[in-house]
Amino acid sequence: MYVAVKGGEQAIDNAHALMRKQRRGDTKLAELTVAQIQAQLPLAVDRVMNEGSVYDPELAALALKQASGDAVEAIFLLRAYRTTLPRFGYSEALDTEAMQIERRISGTFKELPGGQILGATYDYTHRLLDFALLAEGEAAQAAREPASSEPLEPCPRVLELLNQEGLIERSRNEGEQDQTPRDLTREPVTYPAERTVRLQNLVRGDEGFLLALSYASMRGYGDSHPFAGELRTGRVSVALVPEELGFAVEIGDMLLTECEMVNQFHGSATEPPQFTRGYGVALGRSERKAMSVALVERALRADELGEMVAYPTQDQEFVLSHTDCVSANGFVSHLKLPHYVDFQSELEMIRRLRREQQTSTQQTDAEQNDV
Amino acid sequence: MSAANQTTLTASQLARQHWLGVLAKVPAEQLQQQWAALDLTPDYQLIRPPEIGLTMVRARVGGSGQPFNMAEMTITRCAIRLTSGTLGVSYVAGRDKRKALTVALADALLQEDTDQQLQQQLVVPLEASLQAAADARAADASQTKVDFFTLVRGEDE
Repeated sequence: MYVAVKGGEQAIDNAHALMRKQRRGDTKLAELTVAQIQAQLPLAVDRVMNEGSVYDPELAALALKQASGDAVEAIFLLRAYRTTLPRFGYSEALDTEAMQIERRISGTFKELPGGQILGATYDYTHRLLDFALLAEGEAAQAAREPASSEPLEPCPRVLELLNQEGLIERSRNEGEQDQTPRDLTREPVTYPAERTVRLQNLVRGDEGFLLALSYASMRGYGDSHPFAGELRTGRVSVALVPEELGFAVEIGDMLLTECEMVNQFHGSATEPPQFTRGYGVALGRSERKAMSVALVERALRADELGEMVAYPTQDQEFVLSHTDCVSANGFVSHLKLPHYVDFQSELEMIRRLRREQQTSTQQTDAEQNDV
Repeated sequence: MSAANQTTLTASQLARQHWLGVLAKVPAEQLQQQWAALDLTPDYQLIRPPEIGLTMVRARVGGSGQPFNMAEMTITRCAIRLTSGTLGVSYVAGRDKRKALTVALADALLQEDTDQQLQQQLVVPLEASLQAAADARAADASQTKVDFFTLVRGEDE
């Protein structure tokens, strides 16, 4: 238990001033601008937007600068900021099929309509440190040979398209009406949680935690045998319906990464053997995150698909109540705060227990000597 | 945007929907440049001063299934009234109050733009530049289109 303490204001002020000095670093070096962070560390910015759960690259870059590059601290700052803003309603559901593709690959189908587009990727690099980046000035950019002069074709959603045999479950039944999804920022999660709430939770969840869980689910702690059906990155238009207009207007574009995993499923009493799907989406270019969300999302469907819930990766309450890095960080970090009174009482108790143990041992010894 | 919703819109609503989308998506700097070049100084009254907030963006399970709340996005809105009485509104992603005001003013003026002059001078060139940027990204992406070959391994023969 934490008991409030008083005093220490001057030391705290000085500690914060020292933090600012340390953050600035060597003043002989130019100060990093927020625009530079936004432009040149975009993947770090994307992570902060994802777990901060606010799409605003400039704010995420500012948070990273303020947090000296500590992603979790930056995420905390962004979450705190979002609580100061009013909510102007909900957007229309995104049409990700109309995404302006900048990368799109499939691990299941070699040839697909629209083709495989690698985009900007670290895949297939040799992971050798590039010392050219350490040198001053612009790194030389290799001239690119056009691999294809064809314009991009439309990229329909692979799994829907290649499902003529009906071997993959559908994401929507014929004539199914839209339900209004629950919003976990407005009401707490109750268990069992709907698939829509689980997804909202996972999309804002800690990337490292979700990556580890998805790894575990494939290594034997989840009976998962997934394939990456489709992975795509690109811009999607965001629209909402302002009350005063009564029709939808586009407010801007959002860069997103979307992942669909296919998993084999042996069937149940009501469903034939087929491939089931796990869905993941993440803000920005966040492939690892989108894939992890898709894998964990599928693992958490165990109950609804009639699979045995045998591992933590399939346990909704275990997973969903521990995804949030702000909560996790808060709880771990609170141990740094003064627990003096609490600890004092435990100290007293340990002393008393020892005394009691000692007395009883002495008594036993005395009794044994008497015999 | 649902198709059902779209079919009931009038021609003027569709036109307004279109320009509001273009003006919201164009980078602020470009919008301000284009706007300043037109040298328009309409008299107006602020109905709702530019205000920053959040909208919860919804996506769909599996891309086409049930909607779910994905993440919030910053948004700025504004409403003005011209002395003629025409209302202009704006809803733009991000936190740029100046952009929101410019879009609201343009929205009002475009509704009075019976000869399509402002449409031609503001919306058409900005839309062209949005398209050019999208084409450039698509051209970059198409350079990375890949054909994988599956190799037949010896033991399969």
